[in-house]
Amino acid sequence: MPSLRHKMPEQSAEKRRSNFSEVALGYTADTAQAEASRCLQCKTSPCRQGCPVEVNIPAFIKHIKDGQMDAAIQEIKHKNNLPAVCGRVCPQENQCEKHCVLAKRGQSVAIGRLERFAADHGQTHDNGAHPALKESLGKVAVIGAGPAGLTAAGDLAGLGYQVTVYEALHAPGGVLIYGIPEFRLPKDIVRKEIDSLKQKGVTIEVNAIAGKTFTIDELISEQGFDAVFIGTGAGLPHFMDIPGENLNGVYSANEFLTRVNLMKAYQFPATATPVHVGKNVAVVGAGNVAMDAARTSLRLGAENVYIVYRRSEDEIPARSEELEHAKEEGIQFHLLTAPVKINGNDKNWVTSLECIRMQLGEPDQSGRRRPLPLEGSNFELPVDTVIMAIGQGPNPLVQQTTPGLAVNKHGNITADEAGFTSKEGVFAGGDIVTGAATVILAMGAGKKAAAAIHDYVQGKKARNHG
Amino acid sequence: MYPILEKRELSPSVKLFVVQAPAIAKKCQPGQFIILRMDEAGERIPLTIADFNRQKGTITLIFQEVGCSTRHLGRLGAGDSILDVAGPLGQATHIEKFGTVVCIGGGIGVAPVYPIARAYHEAGNKVISIIGARNAELLIMEDEMRQVSESLHITTDDGSKGRKGLVIDPLKELIAAGEDIRLVMAIGPVIMMKSVAEVTRPHSIKTLVSLNPIMVDGTGMCGGCRVSVANKNKFACVDGPEFDGHEVDFVGLMARQRMYHEAERIEREAGSCSCHH
Ligand SMILES: Cc1cc2nc3c(=O)[nH]c(=O)nc-3n(C[C@H](O)[C@H](O)[C@H](O)COP(=O)(O)OP(=O)(O)OC[C@H]3O[C@@H](n4cnc5c(N)ncnc54)[C@H](O)[C@@H]3O)c2cc1C
Ligand SMILES: Cc1cc2nc3c(=O)[nH]c(=O)nc-3n(C[C@H](O)[C@H](O)[C@H](O)COP(=O)(O)OP(=O)(O)OC[C@H]3O[C@@H](n4cnc5c(N)ncnc54)[C@H](O)[C@@H]3O)c2cc1C
Ligand code: SF4
Ligand code: FES
Repeated sequence: MPSLRHKMPEQSAEKRRSNFSEVALGYTADTAQAEASRCLQCKTSPCRQGCPVEVNIPAFIKHIKDGQMDAAIQEIKHKNNLPAVCGRVCPQENQCEKHCVLAKRGQSVAIGRLERFAADHGQTHDNGAHPALKESLGKVAVIGAGPAGLTAAGDLAGLGYQVTVYEALHAPGGVLIYGIPEFRLPKDIVRKEIDSLKQKGVTIEVNAIAGKTFTIDELISEQGFDAVFIGTGAGLPHFMDIPGENLNGVYSANEFLTRVNLMKAYQFPATATPVHVGKNVAVVGAGNVAMDAARTSLRLGAENVYIVYRRSEDEIPARSEELEHAKEEGIQFHLLTAPVKINGNDKNWVTSLECIRMQLGEPDQSGRRRPLPLEGSNFELPVDTVIMAIGQGPNPLVQQTTPGLAVNKHGNITADEAGFTSKEGVFAGGDIVTGAATVILAMGAGKKAAAAIHDYVQGKKARNHG
Repeated sequence: MYPILEKRELSPSVKLFVVQAPAIAKKCQPGQFIILRMDEAGERIPLTIADFNRQKGTITLIFQEVGCSTRHLGRLGAGDSILDVAGPLGQATHIEKFGTVVCIGGGIGVAPVYPIARAYHEAGNKVISIIGARNAELLIMEDEMRQVSESLHITTDDGSKGRKGLVIDPLKELIAAGEDIRLVMAIGPVIMMKSVAEVTRPHSIKTLVSLNPIMVDGTGMCGGCRVSVANKNKFACVDGPEFDGHEVDFVGLMARQRMYHEAERIEREAGSCSCHH
């Protein structure tokens, strides 16, 4: 009789609704060992195919089972530079855990939770021993300190490159710092992972905006970088172009979450940046970004928080864990509902969101059934805050100032699997290439690009000497 | 850290800092701005680059103390440092020889208009400048503006300096006198920029204004700085901050600027803002 997977200890929904502390508390060593014992250590280890950075999953799980926690985290770190992050935010059910032999009854080994356990253990038991820097193999610049850039930087430093990461904001981390909220991914954890990259020799320069403070061409021609990796993410917020979107009280999810996470608006007025959260909040969209905005609003004191989504629950793109957590906390769902207009008062503040009911028609190109409006079904949702979480596009600053860098019709940088762009010596990966995706895919792209950059730089040097 | 090398008080509420920021000084152009964060708890504050010295690697910032953050900033002095300065941000002003250009600065708006007026002047334009303030004490950069202008008109609301009235009064007279104005560049309070645009509209004189909506990142990531221009949403930090004054929805801009009035009142009353300690 196969045993059930171990539950994640969590703060109760009632309690966590009003705090920003982490929701999931993490396995204890005993639970972790018990969960690790469920792993069949199968020879084929299909789970590994589901991991974009190819963590040796059975090996690290066996170390946990044997109580060798240091060995476990070292095994993970061979492949994954940000394990404490991935253990928390990877959509495991669609990746590694989906391929686990035990997944049939939804009882796959809790790979993500075990990864998190090992990584947290590593962060608290860091022995401080770091390999001495090898002789430098070359100089590489990385643009953007999100998961893609940080991973590329970590791998390149590990190979022996002198790496400088340039980040536009005042703090590195990308979405991990400004987007994903504290209660899901504590910022301390992110900072520690970044610190361990710095210990590997990576230099991070903040307040450095590629395309403004300097250009990519200058990095190569004036600063002597052998290669540049661009990981600038998908940070440009989309709006719906419906009437009333410029009323006060309407936010993009990016602005709302940046105010709260990066600028710590939830501690206002002890911190100087304010954020407005009314009593009734509508969040438009149903991805991870929407769930984060909704649950953040709740924690900032909103009484009613609605998710407004034009498709049905089956199509909700958020991670299942986040959807469950949102429901438990009391987020209200208006499914098959699309906003058509935002109404305001004479002081220019939002008073309601006008919506129309939808039904699902035939599948569209995305393979999902197309939502169609039901004529005459309009209704008004009284709200004082509206948060648009309907997706992001690529930030154009780098593309506009880098001649010869090809982009597609959406403005994403064109790059192949390995990260090669149309421009010699310039590589790219992560959301800036794929459009908004996931942390681990961005990391996978950073890893592949690091390997390609290594080949490219060494090849160039060999040619120059030959 | 970005050291403050020099501090001057231009008026009781207007301060000038010369800040060491070599990478920005090397790159910046008239019309651009930076975003600074004073300390760990600070807001990201956008300020125009009022001047720069590429050799010394410095930029000059001129700011008015309006709320808690700018008042707190005004407490710093030479020898102190600012934690973060990012830039240069925004599009540079398009400089070429147009002919006669009128540069208008209202209140603190004189600071950002100065490097632009200087650049027009250096490009061979005939620069006529109009600067105004509520009273003589609040009038800034008169000498600097005079140096780059063919002629300089001064107005104050109370008549304590120059002539009593608004910056649009001399503008109307210039137009009435048949001055062949090719471009008007106006920077100041939104209401001032709006009235300048209303004065020039009937005469179809091209009018540029520099907008200052509330910003967070300044790199096009948050969408908080969006303004409606010719009925399309533009992000002032990347598409602007300069726009055609005849196409800007000034009313919407003013309403959005007031978005945090209530929060700022709370901040003041909570006394948590360090300028109250
Ligand atoms: C609110 C939210 C929740 C999410 N939740 C999840 C989740 O639970 N699980 C998951 O797997 N994924 C999640 N995602 C998606 C995931 O975060 C992204 O796919 C991932 O961060 C992409 O990584 P990246 O390195 O490509 O870009 P980013 O993380 O966007 O990082 C890009 C960095 O580049 C910087 N930059 C941009 N332009 C410049 C420039 N010109 N010069 C210098 N620096 C620049 C930016 O400031 C930023 O720091 C979420 C996203 C959001 C917004
Ligand atoms: C591109 C740009 C360039 C600017 N250049 C200068 C400059 O050179 N010198 C200067 O003195 N000021 C400039 N400003 C305005 C300056 O950023 C604000 O005055 C400052 O952020 C207010 O901060 P505070 O916290 O002290 O005031 P708050 O307490 O935040 O607010 C005080 C008042 O200012 C309004 N306000 C808040 N933020 C802004 C803002 N970004 N723009 C306009 N009003 C705002 C509030 O609604 C309130 O009425 C610029 C703004 C922008 C967007
Ligand atoms: S990194 Fe993500 S996909 Fe890979 S093993 Fe860890 S949780 Fe699974
Ligand atoms: S300030 Fe955030 S988009 Fe302009």
